Amino acid sequence: MDLNILWFGLLGVLLTGYAILDGFDLGVGIIHLAARNDNERRIFLNSIGPMWDGNEVWLVTFGGAMFAAFPEVYATVFSAFYLPFMLLLFALILRAVSIEFRGKLMHDSWRRFWDFGFFFASALATLLFGIAIANAIGGLPIDAQKEFTGSFLDLVRPYPIVVGCLAVAMFAMHGSIYLYLKTEGELQRHIHGWMWRSFGVFLALYMLTTILTLINYPAATRNFERAPWVWIVVLLNVLAIANIPRAIYHNRPVYAFASSSATIAALVFLFGVALFPNMIVSILNPAWSLTIYNAAASQKTLGIMSLIALFGMPFVLAYTGIIYWVFRGKVQLGKFSY
Amino acid sequence: MGLDVVLLSRIQFALTIMFHYLFPPLSIGLGLILVITEGMYLRRGNRLYEDMARFWTRIFAVNFAVGVATGIVMEFEFGTNWSTYARFVGDVFGSALAAEGVFAFFLESGFLAVLVFGWERVSAGVHFFATCMVALGATFSATWIVVANSWQQTPAGFHIVGTGPTARAEITDFWAMVFNPSTVHRLGHVILGGYILAGFFVMSVAAFYILRGRHSEFSRKSFAIGLAVATLASLAQLISGHLQGKVISRYQPAKLAAFEGHFKTEDHGTELYLFGVPDAQEQRVKYGLAIPGILSFLVYEDSNRPVRALDTFPETDRPSVGVTFQSYHIMIALGMFNIALTLCACYLLWRKKLFDNVWLMRIFGLAVLSPYFANEAGWVAAETGRQPWTVYGLLRTVDSVSKSVPAGQVLTSIVMFGMIYGLLFAVWVFVLNSKIVHGPDDSAMPPQHTSGKGLIEAVALLADPHARTLTEEKF
Repeated sequence: MDLNILWFGLLGVLLTGYAILDGFDLGVGIIHLAARNDNERRIFLNSIGPMWDGNEVWLVTFGGAMFAAFPEVYATVFSAFYLPFMLLLFALILRAVSIEFRGKLMHDSWRRFWDFGFFFASALATLLFGIAIANAIGGLPIDAQKEFTGSFLDLVRPYPIVVGCLAVAMFAMHGSIYLYLKTEGELQRHIHGWMWRSFGVFLALYMLTTILTLINYPAATRNFERAPWVWIVVLLNVLAIANIPRAIYHNRPVYAFASSSATIAALVFLFGVALFPNMIVSILNPAWSLTIYNAAASQKTLGIMSLIALFGMPFVLAYTGIIYWVFRGKVQLGKFSY
Repeated sequence: MGLDVVLLSRIQFALTIMFHYLFPPLSIGLGLILVITEGMYLRRGNRLYEDMARFWTRIFAVNFAVGVATGIVMEFEFGTNWSTYARFVGDVFGSALAAEGVFAFFLESGFLAVLVFGWERVSAGVHFFATCMVALGATFSATWIVVANSWQQTPAGFHIVGTGPTARAEITDFWAMVFNPSTVHRLGHVILGGYILAGFFVMSVAAFYILRGRHSEFSRKSFAIGLAVATLASLAQLISGHLQGKVISRYQPAKLAAFEGHFKTEDHGTELYLFGVPDAQEQRVKYGLAIPGILSFLVYEDSNRPVRALDTFPETDRPSVGVTFQSYHIMIALGMFNIALTLCACYLLWRKKLFDNVWLMRIFGLAVLSPYFANEAGWVAAETGRQPWTVYGLLRTVDSVSKSVPAGQVLTSIVMFGMIYGLLFAVWVFVLNSKIVHGPDDSAMPPQHTSGKGLIEAVALLADPHARTLTEEKF
């Protein structure tokens, strides 16, 4: 396997890690307003308290790895998505501020303001991720110099908005299952309803997105003919989605969470298959597309990066494991809570 | 043509990086303070050191959270605003950023959770290990980002592939890139800057308690630790600065000339301006005080050998002198102030008169601003002195911006950053204030919550008499 393919895969791994991990804490934000009183909202916030910052590091590392391994893709995507990414930064900062700031004053309208900020920022960030993914599938007006020639409105069409909503529903579902794991008693029963609701919306949008993608972008499935084994992932994806309601129904939240994580992983994987070997498709001329070869760093740099990943990633996985082990169990509000 | 993308992008980068840099140095320095206090607790078993470690951990956590939020912005901006630069340097610069993510950020953010939320969940030894890892992570993070920045100042270990607009730098020797001529000295300078800031920060908070007669033993011990760190680091910074000056004189002579307001090369030793106002029109420094031969002596250990001036460089390759000269001189003046103040305090501590000296305590209460400004001014000098290049001698700033981003969008994002950073700054001051006013939990003594209210809490209480801060139950 050549290094370009390896790094395309490793970016996929980082994106998957980000989507699964930050996905549940963004999801907690999306359904945050469903909590009925201050105590419940504090439980929501504290369920993600020790993790959300670390989860965001996956995004930072994804960005750094893309910069290093595929500098042309990084440069083109980030400058093309200028306003959406500025909005994303706005959302990520507002979110951090809302989490940190909310608990500082015991005042109704104060807390309501930051509650709304936390919800809005989580939903906006997720929507923007979905829009970015959809534009990658659909392709962008890229010229021969690898520069974006479109405008902001080219990025916000109906298809990207549907995919953005799918991302919001998926993370809401993922986050509510996570909350179900971390809560108990009456609140847990309340969240049970939100798992069903978010799953219903997710399923509807998932089917709509699948249909729209197959109709509008038949090229997205061309790799399926070359590599029929990809159908196994499609099958696993469907099974994982089907297993979510089954696990919820049998009151097995760990299985439900594993299934929604598997769903996210499978969707990121299929996104990668739909793109490969392109990273950004030019809708002006296919020859101008950025691929894993014409947009990559030198072989030397990819080799160095592989060593960094080889030494670094086992540590990263170990820390992540340790943190989740230390903070296992139900949320207890205490002296150090938000 | 009105709006200029290059100028707007530079303004935005300056705004966001200077705001970001309020936070990382304190993280670097407080990391060391946390290791010291928690290590002393483990060794001596004195609960006072545990109180210290817990208290400074809370401050660290707030500072770190804001540092991360503003740091993500920086990583995005290389691509959003400076995509031509990103294409040029990606092969070299990107691997340093990726290494920072893999080696530093995961380490910091993961173990920070244990640090903040884990007091009751893990043993003291494991907690101390987590503290060391967080401090190490902050230092790794500084290391990789200084490597990347130093490569822009003194590029090494690469070759240029392609020509004109498609030219880009590719790595030929990773370790030559990492240890480019300026990395080691600049990294030392940055880390010492963090240690000085944290030392002064600790002393500032301790002085505040001493003046109010709160947490007396806690404050005195904290002050002494802060003083030790700040004094040693301030003195070391003098040496570090001198060594760095020599590297600059060799690899970036135009930058040194701008630092010193040195316009014309002469045939005798070069003078050193202590202060002044450089005038680019008249090509000289006005209203200044200069000592003859000193710059030559510092650079060459020979007070008669002339130092290269700006007139030996083509006009298009010269940095603008005004901002560079002033920020450089502000940094040095504040550095000297830090040395004088810490040495004075050390003497009084030795004579056991320090904590009764109300005026000195008041000065220390505010003196934390000095290293904050010195850190910022140092970076302003370093970065404006590098102009007109983004990568020294290879890529000009005007050629580095994104070609596909219109000026209006950059203006929009500047306004957005202005607003959200204003909000963020308010949050940070507010939260910091509430934590400082709340003070350490004295495990040995009864709580002293009522002995002092900060300005913000007092205002909040005035605005709503029923409001109370959550500090009693949270943190």
